[in-house]
Amino acid sequence: MKHLLATAALICAAQPALANRVFVTNERSNDITVLDGESFEVIGTYPAGNRPRGITISPDGTELYVCASDDDLVRVFDPQTMEELHTLPSGPDPELFVLHPSGNPLFIANEDDNIVTVVDTKTHQMLAEIPVGVEPEGMGVSPDGSVVINTSETTNMAHFIDTETYKITANVLVDSRPRFAQYTADGSKLYVTSEIGGTVSVIDPSTQQITKKITFDINGVLPEAIQPVGARVTSDGSKLFVALGPANRVAVIDAATDEVTDYLLVGQRVWQLAFSPDEKYLYTTNGNSNDVSIIDVAANEVVRSVPVGQQPWGVVVAPD
Amino acid sequence: MFKGIMGLLAGAMALAQPVHGQSPEPVVIRAAVLRVDDPGLPPISRLELPPDDLGFAGAQLATDDNDTTGRFMGQDFQTVTVAATPDTAADSMRDLLDQDIRFIVVMADDDVTLALADQVGDRAMVINAMARGDNLRGADCRMNTIHVAPSRAMLADALTQFLMWKNWPRWMLIHGSHPQDQAMAEAYRRSAAKFGADIVEEREFEDTGGARRTDSGHVQVQAQMPVFTQRAEDHDIVITADEADVFAVYLPYLTWDPRPVAGSAGLVSRSWHPAMEAWGATQFQNRFEALANRRMREADYQAWLSLRIIGEAATRTNSGDPDTLRDFILSPEFDVAGFKGQALTVRDWDHQVRQPILLTTGDLTTSVSPQEQYLHQTSQLDTLGVDRAETECRLGDPS
Repeated sequence: MKHLLATAALICAAQPALANRVFVTNERSNDITVLDGESFEVIGTYPAGNRPRGITISPDGTELYVCASDDDLVRVFDPQTMEELHTLPSGPDPELFVLHPSGNPLFIANEDDNIVTVVDTKTHQMLAEIPVGVEPEGMGVSPDGSVVINTSETTNMAHFIDTETYKITANVLVDSRPRFAQYTADGSKLYVTSEIGGTVSVIDPSTQQITKKITFDINGVLPEAIQPVGARVTSDGSKLFVALGPANRVAVIDAATDEVTDYLLVGQRVWQLAFSPDEKYLYTTNGNSNDVSIIDVAANEVVRSVPVGQQPWGVVVAPD
Repeated sequence: MFKGIMGLLAGAMALAQPVHGQSPEPVVIRAAVLRVDDPGLPPISRLELPPDDLGFAGAQLATDDNDTTGRFMGQDFQTVTVAATPDTAADSMRDLLDQDIRFIVVMADDDVTLALADQVGDRAMVINAMARGDNLRGADCRMNTIHVAPSRAMLADALTQFLMWKNWPRWMLIHGSHPQDQAMAEAYRRSAAKFGADIVEEREFEDTGGARRTDSGHVQVQAQMPVFTQRAEDHDIVITADEADVFAVYLPYLTWDPRPVAGSAGLVSRSWHPAMEAWGATQFQNRFEALANRRMREADYQAWLSLRIIGEAATRTNSGDPDTLRDFILSPEFDVAGFKGQALTVRDWDHQVRQPILLTTGDLTTSVSPQEQYLHQTSQLDTLGVDRAETECRLGDPS
C-alpha cells in the first residue's frame, strides 16, 4: 500500500501541469501572475500579501516562496493550487532571498535592518541573524552551497557568508548600489551588478578579488539610465544576461570573455530575470510597463511580451 | 536546539562589535554638524514647525550607516552636533576647530555660512548643507567648501524645465521683500531667460508684519490675496519667491485668476520629500522614521548626504586621513549614491554636488528634474544650475 502511494505520488509529480509554469510577483497589485511556459498565456492571478518582491521555488517544485515585504514575512504557496500553505519568519522588510541548493535553509535579505535572516524551510524556525552592511539586497549562493553572497546597497559590498558557521568570511567592495549576485554553474565566477555604478563586477570566488568590471554603452541612452539589476548566466557558462533597469534593455554578455555582445530592447524598467528549465527562454519583469518580455536565448531575440499585474518585480519558473 | 540558536545569534552579534579582524584598533573619523538657527518668526503653517533634531537626525542616520560599513573597514565614525545662534556661531565653530575636527557640516543661511567658511580657512573642510545662495557658488565661492544643498539656480531650473515641458511659459512672478526672496526672484529671472519662459508680470509682496496665525488671520488673507493678484497680464502660472515664508502658502486657491501656484508654495522644488519612494527611497525613509519618529525633511537629507560623502570617501580610499578624504571627494573619481537614481558627483568649478531635484506637492513627488528633453554634453544634471561656462567662481586662481 505504501509502495502504491509512493508510485502514485511520483506519477502526480511527473504530470506536466506544473512544469514550466512562470510565476511573477507584482509589487503594486499585491499578487502573483502565473503564466504557462508553453503557450505564454496567463493562467491566473493570485493574492500574494503586501508588496510581494523576491520569489523562488523549492528544487522539487512543491513550495513557492514569496517575500511579502510589507507583511514582514515570507509566504509559502502550493505552486499547483496557489493556496497559501504557511508563512516563514523573515525579519523586517524581506526583499530578496536565496534558497540553499538542497532546498533548505532560506537566506533572506532584510533591507531595513542590515541583517540576513536564515530560516529553516522544514521546521519554519529562524536559525540565525547575520549582521551585514547597510540595506542588504542581493542574495546569491555558490553551486556547492557552501557560500552565500549578500550585497549591501549603501555599504556597497558583496559579503561572503559561510553557510556552516553563518559568519562573514570576506567583504568585496564593488560599485554603488550592488543589487544582485549570481554564480556561474561551475562556481568559478561570481557576478555582482551595481545599479548606480552602472557596472557588473566579475569576482573570482577563490581569491575574492575583482578580475574585471563589465561596463555598458548604448547608443541614444543616457549613461545614468543604465542601471544593472537582475542577472542570470546559462548553466553551460556561455551567456550572461543583465537587466539594465530604466535603460529598458537586457545586455547579452559572452560569459567566456565577459564582453557585451548585444542589447535587447524589452519593457520599461526591466528588473529581474529567470530562465525556463531548458534555458530556451528568459523571462524579464518590466516594472514600469507592467509586462513580462520573453527572450529566445539561442537567437538573442525578444519573442513576446505578456501583460501581468502592477509593477512586476520578481520571476521564477517551476523546475521540470 | 534553543541553545544552539542562541549560540549562533551570539556569534553573529559578535560581528557587530566595532573591533574587527581587519584592524584591531578602528580608525576614528570625526566630523561635526553646526546648525545655526534663525531666531525669526515661526512658519505660517504649524506643520512646518522645525523639530529640535532637524538635520541632526539625518546626521545620526548617516553616522549609523557609515559605522555599519565601518565595521567591515575597521573605521569608527564620530559626529558632534552643535546648535548655535547667529551670535554664537563663531564661538561654536572655534570650539570645533580647537578639537581638530576636520569636516564641518554647516547648516546656516547664506551670510553666516560664508562667514563661517572664512573663519575656518584651511583648518577644515566645510560642507554646506543648508545655504542656497548662488553667490556662494559664484563670486563668493571658497576652496574649502563643498555644497550639498542645491543652489537657488538649480531649484529654479528644475521647476522651469518642468513648466516648459508642461507648456506653461507665461509667468506671473511674485516675490517677497526680504533679501533671500529677491535672490530667489533673480534665480527665476535667470532661469526664465535660460529656458525661454516669459515673466509677463512681476509684483512684490511687501512684508509689513501683520496678524498671521491669529485666529482671524485667514479672514484677512482670504480678502487680501485675490485683491493682491487681480488685473495681472495673462499668465499660465503664478511663481512665488518667498523664502521668508510671508505670503506664498496663502496663494493657492486664492489667486484672482484660477491659476496654479509654484515656487515657494504649490509645486515646490526640493532636495527631498518624505513621500519619495523611487530608487530604493522607501527603505531609506523607513530607516529614518524608525530612528527619528518623524518624517525626513530636506535638512535631514542634506545632513545625511553630507556625512555619507565623508563615509563613502573613507570606504573607497580605505583611509581616515582627512587630507586623503578631501582630495578624493574633490577628485573626478568620487561619486556617492543618494537615493536619486544616479550617482551624485561634485562639480569641479564650484564644488556644487550635482543632483536631481524633486518637484513636490504636499503629498507627492510630481516629477523629478532634469526633464529628459534637456540634454547636456557632459552630464544631464548640469542643465540644472550654473554651468562651467557661466560660473563666476574662480577656485583655481591663486588669491
